[in-house]
Amino acid sequence: MNQLLNRRGFLTVSATLAGGALLVGCTPAQQMGLISLGAEEDFGPFGPFLKFAKDGAVTVISKHIEFGQGNHAGLAAIAAEELDADWTRVTVEQAAANTKVYGNTLVGGAQGTGGSSAIANSWMQLRNAGAAARAMFIGAAAKSWDVPAGEITLANGVLAHASGKTAGFGDLLAEAAMVPPPAAPKLKDPKTFTLIGTDRVRRKDSVAKSTGVARYTQDVRLPGMLTAMVAHAPRFGAKVASFDDAAAKKVPGVVAVYKIPTGVAVVANSTWAAKSGRDALKVTWDEAKAEKRSSATIAQQYRDLASGKTSGPEKNGWASFDSKGEAAKAAGGANALEVDYDFPYLAHATMEPMNCVAIVKGNSAHLLFGSQFPTLDQINTAGIVKNLPGTIKIDTLFAGGSFGRRANFQSDYVTECVHIAKKVGKGTPVKLVWTREDDMRAGYYRPMVHHAIRVTTDADGMPATWRHRVVSQSIMKGAPALAGPKPKFDSSAVEGAEGSPYLKATPVVDGQVISPDAGVPVLWWRSVGATHTAYVMEHTIDQLARRAGKDPVDYRRALFTKAKADRHLAVLNLAAEKAGWGAPAPAGWTRGVAVHESFGSVVAQVAEVKLENGVPKVGRVVTAIDCGIAISPDQIASQMEGGICYGLSAAMFGAITLTDGLVDQGNFDGYRVLRNSEAPTVETYILRSANPPSGVGEPGTPVIGPAVANAILAITGKPTLNLPMVKG
Amino acid sequence: MASTLDVNGRSYNVNSAPDTPLLWVLRDELGLTGTKYGCGIAQCGACTVLADGQAVRSCQFPMSAVGAAKITTIEGLGGTHPLQAAWVKLDVPQCGYCQSGQIMSAVALLATTPKPDDAAITAAMDGNICRCGAYQRIRAAIKDAAAQPAQPQPAKA
Ligand code: FES
Ligand code: FES
Repeated sequence: MNQLLNRRGFLTVSATLAGGALLVGCTPAQQMGLISLGAEEDFGPFGPFLKFAKDGAVTVISKHIEFGQGNHAGLAAIAAEELDADWTRVTVEQAAANTKVYGNTLVGGAQGTGGSSAIANSWMQLRNAGAAARAMFIGAAAKSWDVPAGEITLANGVLAHASGKTAGFGDLLAEAAMVPPPAAPKLKDPKTFTLIGTDRVRRKDSVAKSTGVARYTQDVRLPGMLTAMVAHAPRFGAKVASFDDAAAKKVPGVVAVYKIPTGVAVVANSTWAAKSGRDALKVTWDEAKAEKRSSATIAQQYRDLASGKTSGPEKNGWASFDSKGEAAKAAGGANALEVDYDFPYLAHATMEPMNCVAIVKGNSAHLLFGSQFPTLDQINTAGIVKNLPGTIKIDTLFAGGSFGRRANFQSDYVTECVHIAKKVGKGTPVKLVWTREDDMRAGYYRPMVHHAIRVTTDADGMPATWRHRVVSQSIMKGAPALAGPKPKFDSSAVEGAEGSPYLKATPVVDGQVISPDAGVPVLWWRSVGATHTAYVMEHTIDQLARRAGKDPVDYRRALFTKAKADRHLAVLNLAAEKAGWGAPAPAGWTRGVAVHESFGSVVAQVAEVKLENGVPKVGRVVTAIDCGIAISPDQIASQMEGGICYGLSAAMFGAITLTDGLVDQGNFDGYRVLRNSEAPTVETYILRSANPPSGVGEPGTPVIGPAVANAILAITGKPTLNLPMVKG
Repeated sequence: MASTLDVNGRSYNVNSAPDTPLLWVLRDELGLTGTKYGCGIAQCGACTVLADGQAVRSCQFPMSAVGAAKITTIEGLGGTHPLQAAWVKLDVPQCGYCQSGQIMSAVALLATTPKPDDAAITAAMDGNICRCGAYQRIRAAIKDAAAQPAQPQPAKA
């Protein structure tokens, strides 16, 4: 997501306007209405990221939401390392919404978590915060002990001097607060890190999450709180025509029924009453503008566009994302490899369905929920309660997963809750609860995508010409009006094909993309464009290697070498070595390999696969990652394990389909997801690196699908071009 | 419509309608929010609790069917159960939302099968979805807890 927002210039922060105005690509008049997204409040002597208790305990403030990715531990470790704190006495606290202070430089300055950027954008910020506080405590000790600062040591939260004097942070808190923070604190040489990169950097929330104590939006209980459920239109784009709430209002516990922009809301004093009330509603929908097509119809439209069959205005929307040599030469030919891929819509299907708590009183609004993008949620809420975004208070809670779903340009479930809370008014807390079915049928899916590939090869069997067509709905089209010039294409639809080392190594390239509209809302989904581009590139490469009679690892090595893709080569070699590539696989198992770069990190995976009644079974997966300096090796492994399950779940089973505009799946019985018996055992190897940290949450996800498809290719000789692998 | 409910060794008077699933009685009426909603149709296991020591999906267990069953929720494990210790030791949770249900299913498993093999573990745990994909650590933590000298007992009501 970081790349999207940057490249598209969607959000640009101007620090020059008073109050830290945020310019969301819109007119000057609108900009005026958006000022004040937060202020440099008095955060105390150690700034907005660190707090110290009198007993010496350290609190690191996280500007990023924790929804599983383990970033809270990593962020705390960065500050603790430079501070030389005692790691066992460090805890993490979630920051409030304040764009000015807690903006994310990798998503255009908005406060938000996405694009696997939490650690990367906080790296220098938290190192500086920790180092500044360290200098302040050393300065305080020097003054109170009347010794030169250079003679004081600080390790594991203890300040000491050769004279025998020692103190903890708590002992010198008042004195340190008086020391002016250095403008450019001295940072450690990463070679001297004692915490970062060790197995001591472990999660801080495992106890809360193993005892039922961790608090999610679903768990918020406030005095007088009401619970709301909404009857949504069965088809995207439909509106309420009329409704009959007589039966709903008779349900004990139902307090009120309201028409809101997204449907009809039933407000009650318990979740079950709200659901029973909603079930009793009779709503008639105006479907004049609704999307009534089936996903199969849309898929055929995509294929016709890619093959050039389509005529009419649609066919003119092609834009080039890569062009090299004489494009006409890339048209294919008698010996070309011609493969077309189809990818379905995917639901995020987070474990905790979308939900939100809102308290609205007049023009003020206070939200409590798992906010992935507080800045957007503030802006969208402000428009409803008619106030400035900076006045919207957001308490961000743990979220039961997101994978991108909790961040969208419309703040869909958030604004729905705010509309209801506004109707209820009087400062009454309202919790909006979505059932699994509400969540799964609400759209914001990974787009359906079609790729058409034509590759010719040279005498050595290496790619000579590469023609690539991508058809995908645009994710970024849902963005508010863009600030800069309108982009020629949505790079989120092609990232990963665009910039691929394989295309760099191919002399003639003609890559084009088209983004037809559909009424189905689409959104980024863990690893965004890579969810399909990694599959297409990696599976195509294995088919080419097979035609050339070459080993898939050797074939890649040659291309990476030609493209000077050193990091790709390094992780490939590491994974191949650890997996025992070249030696026979355990009896009954076949290996498949894939490599892909996303969010600044490069991941290689070797999967051991067998087919049981035609269904792939994945056993061992060896994964190697180059993510720069590794903060928490254990949490990197955890994200590889989880990312692989998430990607494998989609590759094997994931599909949202529509029949005449109605979403066919509503729950986990229809939308099959990976279960424990289907989950592989993952081994993670981290490449040593001196580069700043890059993404970890997403890069493991897109690699497993093609690794498995490549193993199946080796077993059956047939490519897997139509996902998911297991139908029905 | 008051009835009594035995949860974690305590007796509660509850007023929810008889068709209300136990899940919502626990969460909304008793404030025991450790038990989670994930699907409502016995597909995901997030709502798993013990009824007389058996793992049940509380989203499909109406008050009218609970009767005198002794209910144990994640809160009833007290935070010191060997499975909870293993979960923390191996940093099993990611988002954590599924983990109450995972742990309760594992408690029921170890009560009947103190030394489960891989097949027994995945068979017992297949009803518990983890969208974060912590499955491998869940398997490892169950083995870790099973290897502890003091065998875990389901929290007695
Ligand atoms: S909520 Fe009960 S099994 Fe999913
Ligand atoms: S830890 Fe997130 S669903 Fe299991």
